[in-house]
Amino acid sequence: MKKSVRSAGARLLFLALLLAGLSIARLHAQSPSDASFLASLGQLREVSFPDKETIIAQLAQSGHPSAQSALTALLEDRLYFRNDDQMVFLLKAPAADDATSLTLVDPVTLKDAGSAPVENLTKIGTNNHLRRVLQTTLARFRLSSPDAAVRLGAVHDIEQNLDEGNVKLLRERVAAETDSKVKAEISTSLAMADLDSPDAPVRLAAIAVLHKSLRQDVLNKLSGVAGTSDGGEGDSDPQVRAAAQSAVKSITRWRTMYSWCETLFFGLSLGSVLVLIAIGLAITFGVMGVINMAHGELMMLGAYTTYLVQVAMPNHGEISILVAIPAAFLVAALMGILIERTVIRFLYGRPLETLLATFGVSLILQQLVRSIFTALNRSVNTPNWMSGTLQVNDALSVTYNRLYIVIFTLLVFAALFVVLKRTRVGLEIRAVSQNRAMARAMGIRSEWVDALTFGLGSGIAGVAGVALSQLTNVNPNLGQSYIIDSFMVVVFGGVGNLWGAMVGGMSMGVVNQLLEPYAGAVLAKIFVLIVLILFIQTRPRGLFPPTGRSSENQ
Amino acid sequence: MPNYTLWISARKDSGSAWFLGALAAIAVIVPVLNLAVPAASPFHVSAFGLTLVGKYLCYALLALSVDLIWGYCGILSLGHAAFFSLGGYAIGMYLMRQIGSRGVYGNPELPDFMVFLNYKSLPWFWHGFNHFAFALLMMIVVPAVLAFAFGWFAFRSRVTGVYLSIITQALTYALMLAFFRNDMGFGGNNGFTDFKDILGFDLHSDKVRVTLLVFTAVVLGASYLACRAIVASRAGRVMRAIRDAESRARFLGYRVESFKLWIFVFSAVLAGIAGALYVPQIGIINPSEFSPINSIEVVIWVAVGGRGTLYGAAAGALLVNYAKTYFTSTIPEAWYYALGTLFVLVTLFLPRGIVGLVTGRARKRKTATRPAVPAETPEPSRK
Amino acid sequence: MNYRKTRIAGWLLAAGMAFTGLAMSSTAQAQDTIKVGVLHSLSGTMAISETTLKDTILMMIDEQNKKGGLLGKKLEAVVVDPASNWPLFAEKAQELLEKDKVAVVFGCWTSVSRKSVLPVFEKDNGLLFYPVQYEGEESSKNVIYTGAAPNQQAIPAVEYLMNEVGVKRWVLEGTDYVYPRTTNKILEAYLLAKGVKPEDISINYTPFGYSDWQARVAAIKKFGSAGKKTAVVSTINGDANVPFYKELGNQKISAQDIPVVAFSVGEEELSGLDAKPLVGHLAAWNYFESINTPTNKAFIEKWHTFIKNPKRTTNDPMEAHFIGFNLWVKAVQKAGTTDTEKVIAALPGLETPNLTGGIAKVLPNHHITKPVYIGEVRADGMFDVVWKTTGTVPGEAWSRYLPSDKDIVADWVTLKCGNYNKATKACSGQNYK
Repeated sequence: MKKSVRSAGARLLFLALLLAGLSIARLHAQSPSDASFLASLGQLREVSFPDKETIIAQLAQSGHPSAQSALTALLEDRLYFRNDDQMVFLLKAPAADDATSLTLVDPVTLKDAGSAPVENLTKIGTNNHLRRVLQTTLARFRLSSPDAAVRLGAVHDIEQNLDEGNVKLLRERVAAETDSKVKAEISTSLAMADLDSPDAPVRLAAIAVLHKSLRQDVLNKLSGVAGTSDGGEGDSDPQVRAAAQSAVKSITRWRTMYSWCETLFFGLSLGSVLVLIAIGLAITFGVMGVINMAHGELMMLGAYTTYLVQVAMPNHGEISILVAIPAAFLVAALMGILIERTVIRFLYGRPLETLLATFGVSLILQQLVRSIFTALNRSVNTPNWMSGTLQVNDALSVTYNRLYIVIFTLLVFAALFVVLKRTRVGLEIRAVSQNRAMARAMGIRSEWVDALTFGLGSGIAGVAGVALSQLTNVNPNLGQSYIIDSFMVVVFGGVGNLWGAMVGGMSMGVVNQLLEPYAGAVLAKIFVLIVLILFIQTRPRGLFPPTGRSSENQ
Repeated sequence: MPNYTLWISARKDSGSAWFLGALAAIAVIVPVLNLAVPAASPFHVSAFGLTLVGKYLCYALLALSVDLIWGYCGILSLGHAAFFSLGGYAIGMYLMRQIGSRGVYGNPELPDFMVFLNYKSLPWFWHGFNHFAFALLMMIVVPAVLAFAFGWFAFRSRVTGVYLSIITQALTYALMLAFFRNDMGFGGNNGFTDFKDILGFDLHSDKVRVTLLVFTAVVLGASYLACRAIVASRAGRVMRAIRDAESRARFLGYRVESFKLWIFVFSAVLAGIAGALYVPQIGIINPSEFSPINSIEVVIWVAVGGRGTLYGAAAGALLVNYAKTYFTSTIPEAWYYALGTLFVLVTLFLPRGIVGLVTGRARKRKTATRPAVPAETPEPSRK
Repeated sequence: MNYRKTRIAGWLLAAGMAFTGLAMSSTAQAQDTIKVGVLHSLSGTMAISETTLKDTILMMIDEQNKKGGLLGKKLEAVVVDPASNWPLFAEKAQELLEKDKVAVVFGCWTSVSRKSVLPVFEKDNGLLFYPVQYEGEESSKNVIYTGAAPNQQAIPAVEYLMNEVGVKRWVLEGTDYVYPRTTNKILEAYLLAKGVKPEDISINYTPFGYSDWQARVAAIKKFGSAGKKTAVVSTINGDANVPFYKELGNQKISAQDIPVVAFSVGEEELSGLDAKPLVGHLAAWNYFESINTPTNKAFIEKWHTFIKNPKRTTNDPMEAHFIGFNLWVKAVQKAGTTDTEKVIAALPGLETPNLTGGIAKVLPNHHITKPVYIGEVRADGMFDVVWKTTGTVPGEAWSRYLPSDKDIVADWVTLKCGNYNKATKACSGQNYK
């Protein structure tokens, strides 16, 4: 029932004949190279993907001045043909979703060629494999680009395919290369190619170069040479083998160390998420004795606020998230104050009743969001400055969004600390939580302070929601997935204690990530929970217990 | 030895009398309406109705177990769903073994999910479950042992209040994650389903459903009487003292930890029995029964019905679950609103629950809001 | 104690319970409508996927009523919310069949929900149309499976990767439950049979809702940098997909390096994601919204009008309900009655057009014939079809690659059995007594 696989050979033959025929036919119309170039482009319209690959190779070899532009256009989905006369064109810019007419560029002269309505044009499509081939092919052009970063990218692409032609190209380039990073990269690639050389001294020299590398593919190749990978006996020369073995040992040692660093980073980033979601709860619970089951829904509100801000600022994708942070804080804080005034106010001193009432509130909030926004996920884009990875070296890469979230958590924590310890409001909050009667006697309006505290805790939850929107689904169930974890962190760290939440969250995250490679995700989580249960037995009030007589009431 | 004179005496506990009376009425009327009344009549109770009532009764028993420790001893367990589910899994394992070779793969020894996961033989913890008596034993022993182990450590370390509640949550959450794993040998996410018969009787026939229903009602009644007996006895008084002022009770010389531990274990066993009665009637047990949200719902049933009254807990369970069934059918798009509002209103205005409303005591308490001055010394507040 | 009040309490209690029993089980009034049950979660974790299906059925019923209804009567939808709670699914199924007396039910998504309602449908002799791709290993007299069986989705996808893309190393990444486990079992058997070495296959499971993919994606990257072309076959389900793809994008694993083919990610899941980092990743389905046929265009337009939102996407389970609904209508018309027994007997052999220009036919094993498409993600969240089967593939309930299933065949027409063992000539399991 599958599409029958047509013989590539037969097609190739047909193609060659056609090309020959066409080029002869068009001899009078244009210069021969232009004609064959256009003909090849024309063939791209109808043939199958494997045959497109052949044509791309031909175009690259043709040496035609516009070949690079045409192939780049094909890679970027800018190669189209006109339906009526079947002529191939490049687009000036990638087609926008709602464009009605598109500006065309002549493939040979690369000059503007008017425009055509969108319905009259059909795109020449690619698939994954073709895109990969195109990138490698275009890399050869990019190797001589003035921009060092582009050259580096080109070297990386060429490395995927170190045939003779590419190696020759690289050797030519390394002499003229000025940028040190690119030069080092080319040297590594050449050394990799040299490992296949028949001369043992050449191979030894290559291993000396590669000894300092940290790359996985270098490690793989050296393992093959050393005879340590499964199935291979390694190199014939014992000296080469020994050199390769020592190189493999060294590289593996370094890579393992960096892999531990990576795991540590994973743990810190998971921990920072836990800290963010728990810190608001620590405040509302510690300071006010209120168990807020709607905490998750306040985070959800923060995430949805991020989504709305993004929708409201469609052209400012880069800063919309920064705008969303205060917006989410406000929205969640206002909702928190509303909940406090209408529901919590009547339930002070009864923490377990607040649990039930806020559970009801959480149901209402979930349904509210579901009715307004439907149950579907909402997409929140990551701004460009937050996406991608920071390549510390070949063995360690750190994703930007996680890095920023760790930094963000620390900032939020510091800000909260400053508010609580250095501002008037913070002073009042601490006073009311330590000794309400005395605080009132000193003239502090405890009802306002209560509302503000709850608002502060809820606002932090909203801000946590902004961070969560970058990591996971934004839907009405967002809160439910995190509420249990936030309770665990608060209880572990000691109720009402900011440092407790920080240390507790971070340590839980790190332990979880350390265990995961060995035990799997579920067992790691279960282990963390069991440790928590046992830990509470030894320190019944958490890491940093609240002190003083007031704590007996809890 | 529970002091029977106390509970039969002139305390004239008419609430209990009415509860037991209503229970007896249900146990008689509903089966009659199913078996005796023809299907076309508007009074006929279908198998669906039987299942529903049976489910409510099991939930009532679960609520009873929570009220016993919360209303009378001040232990708020947010993880009782764990004991409920363990009891359910115990009976589920028996029912799975009973399927025998009528399963999808026709293997007489291994349940379907094991065949499919390439198990060669039955894991050690499944042996013995082909005997009903063993399953009965397990459904009592397993929750009891877990409660004992957990409680021993927790109460000895004097973990109280919200810390205790949260670690009970951690317990049920950990169990949920564990049972979701397909590698555990408990059916993973699919759990156990497609039961055929119990003790040789077809689970799907109306007669068996009726029998299970009546049996559940009887067990509920008996458990209720047992709880009443405990509560009215001297031990019950000590428990109330622990609830109201734990340190004081300890200083008076009572071994607070032992009392708490034993009542916790008893409550866990009740929950396990409730779970075991639930599963044959519902026809499926699945790890999501362990979820912490389920446990919170149980506490809500007790709060809505009236904490500390036992029959209130049962009433709350019935009411809330009936409301849930009703709302998910009539307003499927918005039933969360209805349920959420119900919880908020009940917590705010009916601190003694529905029962409190009915007995008129709620009116006195409604005007009491936050105390202006929180007590320096621990006041006899209910946690 | 106030006796009067407690007496009232007691009466209320008793009356309430009696009422429960009565109200819940009263027979439906005989009305001049045919009732169609809709059993999809409208709240809870599955609401994201299932709410759309509920709306699809409502739209189809609306359409049919505009055409004059069925057998001269109007169709009436009975919608219930089982709230992503599996025991509640069984209860609601019972309610639909016994209390509301619906003629047919369209519903379920997860295999658990289907397995929990199966005993109810078999005991009450109801009819369920199940629209989601699933793991096979089942064929019930009372269910028509309009979603894909593994041979209509998983196997063609792997064949595409092996033959057209040249993949040599495989990561089978799934959520820990029965659909991924079965699919991966079948795929592993298939790959080993095709000569792939065991060390080139990595199988891994994560729990539902798993959201911290850093370590796992890094491990996939490592596995994929061993020098051979690697692909990920993803049976990750539901909520975990979004953080997974986000992490892939962030760790810069492009589709050119390590392509990911998913079986549970469609247009609807992509609408909640930024699709730009995912361009080139793959999905295997029997329908894509971007397939250009007049029937598909008409369906999409109708859907946009009905849901009052021109940006809503359509997806494969919606097409399955479209097919299933039309099949049911045809079967009722053929049988001349809504009586389940007769409708079930009328179904095998019936044909109806699907939305991609082909025909869906009901097979004796209660599966249907479906075409298979492999699509690549586009930046706008739609799919570009890069490969398709020439015709339709008949669904197989029992996979020929599993030793336990080789001899089993499902046939409700001649053999009247869902798992009939050809070797032992015995019927077992899902046989309705």
